[in-house]
Amino acid sequence: MKLNRLIVSVAVGICLAFPAAVMAKPVTINWWHAMRSARGKVVDTMIKKFNESQSEYVVVGTNKGNYDEVMNAGVAAFRAKKQPHILQVFEVGTQTMMQSGAIYPVYKLMADNGYKIDWSNYLQAVLSYYMDADGNLMSMPFNSSTPIMYYNVSMFEKAGIKPLSKTEAITWDRLGEITKKIVDAGIAPAGMVTAWQSWVQIENYSAIHNVAFASKANGYEGLDCKLEINNPLVVNHIERLKKWADDKRFMYGGQKYQGPKAEFIAQHVAVYMDSVSGIAKLKKAVKDFKWDAAPLPVEASMKKPQNSIIGGASLWVLNGHTKKEYEGVAAFLKFLSGNEMQEYWHKETGYFPITLNAYNDLKAKGYYKENPLQTVGIDQLNRATPTKISRGLRLGYFVQIRNIINEELELVWSGKKTPKEALDNAVARSNVQLRTFEKTYKK
Amino acid sequence: MIKRSAFKSSYLPYILILPQVIITLTFFYWPAFQGLIQSFQLSDPFGQRSTFVWFYNYLEIFRDPLYLKSVVTTFVFSLAVASVSISLGLFIATMANRALKATALVRTLLIWPYAVAPAISGILWLFLLHPSYGIVALGINKWLGLAWNPVLNGTDAMVMITMASAWKQISYNFVFFMAGLQAIPKSLIEAAAIDGASPFKRFWAITFPLLSPTFFFLSVMNIIYSFFETFGVIHTVTQGGPGGSTNILVYKVYQDGFVGLNLGSSSAQSVVLMTLIIVITVLQFKFVEKKVQYTG
Repeated sequence: MKLNRLIVSVAVGICLAFPAAVMAKPVTINWWHAMRSARGKVVDTMIKKFNESQSEYVVVGTNKGNYDEVMNAGVAAFRAKKQPHILQVFEVGTQTMMQSGAIYPVYKLMADNGYKIDWSNYLQAVLSYYMDADGNLMSMPFNSSTPIMYYNVSMFEKAGIKPLSKTEAITWDRLGEITKKIVDAGIAPAGMVTAWQSWVQIENYSAIHNVAFASKANGYEGLDCKLEINNPLVVNHIERLKKWADDKRFMYGGQKYQGPKAEFIAQHVAVYMDSVSGIAKLKKAVKDFKWDAAPLPVEASMKKPQNSIIGGASLWVLNGHTKKEYEGVAAFLKFLSGNEMQEYWHKETGYFPITLNAYNDLKAKGYYKENPLQTVGIDQLNRATPTKISRGLRLGYFVQIRNIINEELELVWSGKKTPKEALDNAVARSNVQLRTFEKTYKK
Repeated sequence: MIKRSAFKSSYLPYILILPQVIITLTFFYWPAFQGLIQSFQLSDPFGQRSTFVWFYNYLEIFRDPLYLKSVVTTFVFSLAVASVSISLGLFIATMANRALKATALVRTLLIWPYAVAPAISGILWLFLLHPSYGIVALGINKWLGLAWNPVLNGTDAMVMITMASAWKQISYNFVFFMAGLQAIPKSLIEAAAIDGASPFKRFWAITFPLLSPTFFFLSVMNIIYSFFETFGVIHTVTQGGPGGSTNILVYKVYQDGFVGLNLGSSSAQSVVLMTLIIVITVLQFKFVEKKVQYTG
């Protein structure tokens, strides 16, 4: 009995003393992220490399679930004053984070800690999504992707169509001819399918054609912005897709990527539009046909198409920590944007490197010669300097707005509404959300 | 004469119920009260600023045609789930109640689906009925020639989530009907049989009225189930789509509050939902319960 008690008390003593001894020295930096499975392992490796590279700070990465869950964990922790130093938030949460008053802007953090960073060395189409109206970087881009177009080379060959260019976008009219040929010849039951319809067919379509998604420079310049997606160009685009849906050149496969991807893999369609993260997925899943990728189509009238916009997430630094800890955060962010980490991240996950330096280095090493698919998205992002309209979207309650757009588009595909009606309605409903958001954040 | 025993000390009973009271207050009343306050405010998720806006959130949701559509969807859905699962549960229980050799085995197997979590039930049905990779869906399209597409067609989606939700609830209803059936004295049914009543007549004239308390209890439970617990099914199968056609109230609360971070609107919606379920339950007790026979 006595012996037992002794063992217990020694064990408790060790448990209490040991971590305290270990934690006492280096400063701990907490990073909550949404990267799981394969990506989670890559993130863990990056953290390990940072921790081994120096002894002052220890970064602890914690997966808090998917993007929604990470955001909510961050919100709850902030309210309880137990927030992590770094929080990964998806791109649609950008406005909420920016307005929150809970953040330490990255450009300021880096400047305060003596890092002089040449931001022009970064991929502008990536940075611009996370800048304020004055061009200051608010959060550090982490995982960024953009949509491209995948196509079934075997089907194209059967229809006598030459493989597409990896840099020059085809026109939508051309895509219409291609899909018509394929459907008419009975090579595939349907022509094309798209994942993330709002992101690919409206948000990116608008950016590429340099038409505003919302007023006030897509919301960058004021909370009093209004949606403008019922413009003639977008209405025309949706009308075309509806027409294609009726003659099987387009099929609707669901809001996310799982359904559309399954249709492409099952060879029910010849063309599939989705994020560049699809490259890895298709490599793994497609065994019985050849496929390739090309930039998203553009309108014939658009001689010099704009850059596409990104999706993904960025790293936000939260308020309420000590100066010493922020030094560690800055050191870590600097480390992450170094060539070694950027190249590793890009190679392992397919997400873009955020600096031109890393990109050029990879190019020099011949990486893109071996992996030509990876250039399609980067070239599409880099083909033009982002304008006020193509740099990104800055909307409050963007999650709800995307839901609204999804709902209205589904009503178009099922024939319950005309494209014009649906987009008008999407604008009206989204504006209600934007006004509520404005009311909430008005000073 | 009912035997009563009383505590000698006057404070002991209060101390004994204290833990329960504390738990109820902290985990039920406090959050509900917070929700009520939140529903009158516009506030940012990080809690940095909030404005008192009276009934703004309530007015907004009732002005939103899609919220009203969601109310209708919820009623259609819960009626469908309750009627499918109750009628099938009753049917299976009547069948299983017959003296079979493998009665115990059959009963055990029939109870199993109840142990499946709604989210898992949703995934199972999705694997069967998804138009792109569902085995049954491929069969329906190929051999029956029906254009089954729950990704695009709202009615199909509604049918799919109703099946996924009702499926596991059938087991629950089965257990209660089984117990109810076994409580009915055999002699009553035998007497009727001797008098020449057909099995169908026996069921309607004897079994059914005697089952009415069970029936009433289950209708309340099933409606509450389909209002709240089916969240897992919807989340895994349709996420409220297509075109909002399966967006029931509880899912909308989640979408607006948890995903969209509009706490005010989400709280207002949960207050409305809470009120709705209270009203339904009170109505059921007031009007349906009167017709229920508790004794034979």
